[in-house]
Amino acid sequence: MRRFVFALAMSWAAPLLLRAQDNAELLNRIQAMEERIRALESEVQALKGQPAPAPVPPPAPASAAAASKIFNPDIAVIGNFLSAAGQGAGRGAPALEMKESEASFQAIIDPYARADFFLSFGERGVDLEEGYLTFTALPGRLQLRAGKMRAAFGKVNTFHSHVLPWVDRPLVTQNLLAGEEGLSDAGLSVSRILPAPKNVFLEATAQVFRGDTEGVFRSWRRSDVAAIGHLRGYRDITESTNLDLGFSYARGHSPEGPHLINQLYGLDAALRWKPLRRAIYHSFITRSELVWGRAQQPFQVARPFGYYVASDYQLARRWFLGGRFDRSTRLTDSALQDTGGSVILTFWPSEFSQIRGQFRHTSYGERLRANELLLQFQFSIGAHGAHPF
Amino acid sequence: MSGNANQGDRRPNTHRKGSTKVIRRFTLLLGLSLTGFTASAASKLNVVTSIEDLAALAREVGGDRITVEALARGYQDPHFVEAKPSFILKLQRADLLVMVGLQLEIGWLPPLINQSRNAKVQPGGSGYLDVSSACTILEIPTGPVTRAMGDVHPFGNPHYWLDPDNGQRIAKAIEQKLAQLDPAGAAYYAQRGADFDRRLAEAEKRWVARMAPYRGRKVITYHRSWPNFAAHFGLAVVDYVEPKPGIPPTPSHTLDLINTMKRENIKLILVEPYFDFRTPNSIAQKTGGEVVVLLPSVGGVKQVQDYFQLFDYDIELLVKAFAKAR
Repeated sequence: MRRFVFALAMSWAAPLLLRAQDNAELLNRIQAMEERIRALESEVQALKGQPAPAPVPPPAPASAAAASKIFNPDIAVIGNFLSAAGQGAGRGAPALEMKESEASFQAIIDPYARADFFLSFGERGVDLEEGYLTFTALPGRLQLRAGKMRAAFGKVNTFHSHVLPWVDRPLVTQNLLAGEEGLSDAGLSVSRILPAPKNVFLEATAQVFRGDTEGVFRSWRRSDVAAIGHLRGYRDITESTNLDLGFSYARGHSPEGPHLINQLYGLDAALRWKPLRRAIYHSFITRSELVWGRAQQPFQVARPFGYYVASDYQLARRWFLGGRFDRSTRLTDSALQDTGGSVILTFWPSEFSQIRGQFRHTSYGERLRANELLLQFQFSIGAHGAHPF
Repeated sequence: MSGNANQGDRRPNTHRKGSTKVIRRFTLLLGLSLTGFTASAASKLNVVTSIEDLAALAREVGGDRITVEALARGYQDPHFVEAKPSFILKLQRADLLVMVGLQLEIGWLPPLINQSRNAKVQPGGSGYLDVSSACTILEIPTGPVTRAMGDVHPFGNPHYWLDPDNGQRIAKAIEQKLAQLDPAGAAYYAQRGADFDRRLAEAEKRWVARMAPYRGRKVITYHRSWPNFAAHFGLAVVDYVEPKPGIPPTPSHTLDLINTMKRENIKLILVEPYFDFRTPNSIAQKTGGEVVVLLPSVGGVKQVQDYFQLFDYDIELLVKAFAKAR
């Protein structure tokens, strides 16, 4: 150490003694010496086994009151107020309705699993929309889920109402996939990411449910379970564009009789565009789902079919313009076909609220026509949820 | 798509032992999904970071012993990254996930982690590293926090990597984590960490010296991205183009801003590259000021590929702009 101190002293004394010498050269030498000293010092420190200066202690996790609530689940409530005007052909929504309030409770249970609950409060009752346990750390890269959940059939069926780009759900969902509730039941779900070519995301999901979904499946006996399979392929085309494709299959017992089987086949596709540099201002998504059915009835087999095509364009940071065309026959009566079209304008005052207007025209199979104007307010309080994708 | 009203075949229905069939199909699907293990054979530690700055710092410390990849690009808003399934693939293979924390990534990282099927990167897992706990955090709200304040971060401002001192702390935290995951490389990481500290200390002196003539200068920024940067280099951020965090500019606030800039002779508006320049440009026009597109992240432009180049670039821009504004 003494040598370094000497060197240091010299490095400072030198300029005084040798004033005549070129200053720049001296400065260079001083810098070089300083570097050497620093390097040697750090070496000495390393040899002594001393830790480097300790980082600043982390900030206290907010107040004591917050600390006492630290194990509470993340809680959020999303309100959905709907108002409708125009000719609804006897099927439309009421003029004013607090349609749904969804309360979510989400937390990690232990190092192996997490739980997610979504309770949906209507004006008259409470319903468990979803409530499940997810094992996040299973061997074999598997993910297992147990509880009541929306089935992995297509894309829109898995969406909660507040992430839909529309006020309502498309006709194909209303007619073939149990309407607002969707294919949703108590069961088990296992999924795995499959080996695939580079940059392709391929995921297989297999689900078995009790077999009760109003209007679509009914479990007459304990063994009358319903099965759902979903295969999803995803690929980034560029950093701003991507393609999502899915194939779905569902099978369960018909509500019309214990020996009758209903089967559904689905194809879903989405093309998204979002330029990263302007991601908060502009985006475009076009999405379509096709559903084919095979519904056994006492004396015949119905083969319903329905689809929708929808697009959404983000005009500005808070404005979205969308359109949707949908058409679907009824599950048990393929002769009755409904056709609809919608134009949707959405405004987001902030990330936590949105105001949406939708003009919807529907021609129902019974030769009834509806022209409706729907207005929706959605708002969220509590924990910051994940952005939908 | 005309009405293909098919009344179906009229053969009588028989009970087809549906449940057995269902179970058999389910087993088949399950079996299929179980087959084909993806090999996680890489000998190097696979590090994934949420933003490019953390990747740059991990690269400094990890060198050849790790592979690093960032999810968000340096030119995109780190609050609004999409939770793309392609990111799930990256997380599935990760040995270590390094994130900013303080709810910066709350809209997109949690769902990716949930779907990663990788125990290492789950919260509390061996490869889960939130570096905010190692850093000096500013703007931690002291009173009650509500969203009337905008999209406020209740645990403090998450843009803390823009202070070289925090950069050093982040590198240290990553170094310690790498040594824990790869003990054989501990000496290597320590040596690289020390080397990085030395180079950073040198560069920091240079940056501070460059900025010294402009200490105390007042600036406007678009978002609250710069408190740590401003504190380190002695800038005074007077106001923001956003009236509140995450709330787009409003006419009345913009007018206030113009008046403030004129009154206090503020000339610079610092804007992140992912925000719309229209409002800042119009403010600059009305005040005789200048819009400076300052990079909050590595990768914001092509030539900024590491942590040093980030500060070199930003400080050079600022110095030029201040010099021009006299």
